[in-house]
Amino acid sequence: MIPSDPKKVTKICFDRIDIPDQLKLSVARENGAYKFLPTVLEKFDADQIIDEVKTSGLRGRGGAGFPTGLKWSFVPRNTGKPTYLLCNADEGEPGTFKDRDIMRFDPHLLIEGMIMAGFALGVHDAYIYIRGEFLHEANVLNEAIAEAYAANLLGDKILGTDYSMHLTVHRGAGAYICGEETALIESIEGKPGRPRFKPPFPAIEGFYRCPTVVNNVETLSTIPAILEHGGAWHAAIGKPNNTGMKIFSVSGHVNRPGNYEVPMGTTMRTLIEEHCGGLQHGTVPKVIIPGGSSTPWILAEHYDVPLTYDDLAKAGSMLGSGAVIVMDETADVVAVTRRLAHFYAHESCGQCTPCREGTGWIERVITRVENGQGCENDLQVLNDASVHMAGRTICALADGAAAPVLSLLKHFPDEVRSRLKEKSS
Amino acid sequence: MSAVENALPQFSEVRLEEIRALIARYPHPRSALLPVLHMAQEDFGYLSMDVQTMVAKTLDLHLMAVREVVTFYTMFREKPCGTYLLEVCTNAGCMLNGADDLVRHLCDSLDIKVGQTTDDGMFTVAEVECAGACAGAPVVQINNAYHEKMDAAHMDAFIADAREKGGEK
Repeated sequence: MIPSDPKKVTKICFDRIDIPDQLKLSVARENGAYKFLPTVLEKFDADQIIDEVKTSGLRGRGGAGFPTGLKWSFVPRNTGKPTYLLCNADEGEPGTFKDRDIMRFDPHLLIEGMIMAGFALGVHDAYIYIRGEFLHEANVLNEAIAEAYAANLLGDKILGTDYSMHLTVHRGAGAYICGEETALIESIEGKPGRPRFKPPFPAIEGFYRCPTVVNNVETLSTIPAILEHGGAWHAAIGKPNNTGMKIFSVSGHVNRPGNYEVPMGTTMRTLIEEHCGGLQHGTVPKVIIPGGSSTPWILAEHYDVPLTYDDLAKAGSMLGSGAVIVMDETADVVAVTRRLAHFYAHESCGQCTPCREGTGWIERVITRVENGQGCENDLQVLNDASVHMAGRTICALADGAAAPVLSLLKHFPDEVRSRLKEKSS
Repeated sequence: MSAVENALPQFSEVRLEEIRALIARYPHPRSALLPVLHMAQEDFGYLSMDVQTMVAKTLDLHLMAVREVVTFYTMFREKPCGTYLLEVCTNAGCMLNGADDLVRHLCDSLDIKVGQTTDDGMFTVAEVECAGACAGAPVVQINNAYHEKMDAAHMDAFIADAREKGGEK
């Protein structure tokens, strides 16, 4: 159970994660699932819920960190069109694997969060867009949803109230870009996932041109605790403007990789050394990618950075999705950059020329540098291609593709030069 | 019906019932395209042009609307693969924990290159992008099931076991 004293909170989304048989509705209910839902449906109104979420300071956990309550408040009412809620469970940002654990170990938490969000937004049809590879997780969710329907927690007139909501799991099919919210909408409309130009934002025109809210799994899974304990309770956890708990997916050269839910503001060092058992080799990381592969690298000088949106921005990077990829002294940073360049070239949807051409160009050049065939001018080419595609496309994939290349050139120019065919003097 | 249409593969009645129920869950039937393609790939092994034509007819879509989706998403296959599809994640988290060595080992021991299938039709090796399970690096997806913290010994044992079963999944 989550304590009502914010100082005593150690987990929110992972509160029930270790309980065996959590997938069964009866077990989940014994442990608090759907306990507060009747109160929300009977006693709360939409404005009150949105106000609580605004007060909570909750920011989107998928990567962008946009305030959730504010996003919800943009949805127009009485447009005569239906409003849709789409849960973004695409989880494709390299290094991120937190939503998978919520879905496979505590699916009812996400379902409850979606019912509450749907109620606040006047939604009657909601969807979970889950990456296609997560077949097991999709099956777990479908079984949980079937049980929730049978218990009248979903469907028509939920728990005897006037509120009805249907929930459907929709599998993607292997496209990183579908984690971008407008590409996700295109994809669930049965089309290739090519991001849309904004505005209009999805809140105004989204799924089939109707008002649509797209929220990440972790974001929606935080809603039940916020409504039960209050927005002020949530705002008292973590740091101002960076409130609550956050799940960090830590991978790479650490001894205990995994998901760790910690209060916002915990330092990177504490996360890596106390939770993850430290580095595989040496005592100081060579590189930390703090928020998924699209975020700029930080070095050991920022090892004590508090994990908040604002502190990581100050350190020149981003909190992103909370995917911390750690590299110790054994890492070949040129090879890692080449591998990430391949990823972005493969995943570029191809509709914007700077990204379609730039990501492929970068991959070719960094590959020849890695193979000892590069020349001094290649550093300039890599820099220019990155700088010129970032910010000049419909979505942020190009910016993500530029981040590792620019980080490599900024922090490890000597290591790059040592790989060139003709070494500069 | 023309002879050509008669020759197209068809979904079973059970599947068609499932598809009708699925369509009802969306504002527009086109939304059912990705799930229906997953079903088609499960039923027919891969998405041949005939299967894609049949899916287009089933959902009343132009063939091109199906083609552009099939070719956009990497999980949809237009060619058959081995009984066991071994997809190794080689993105950053897995790469830092030996994924490239694992791919090399698989290719060497099966005597194929990445993307190829063994002559007996048993195994296909592929590299895939981040599987979203980096704590279990390196990750190998075998026919849509995740196998985490894989190494050469694990994979050798899996392959020997699969060979012994003679292609039964």
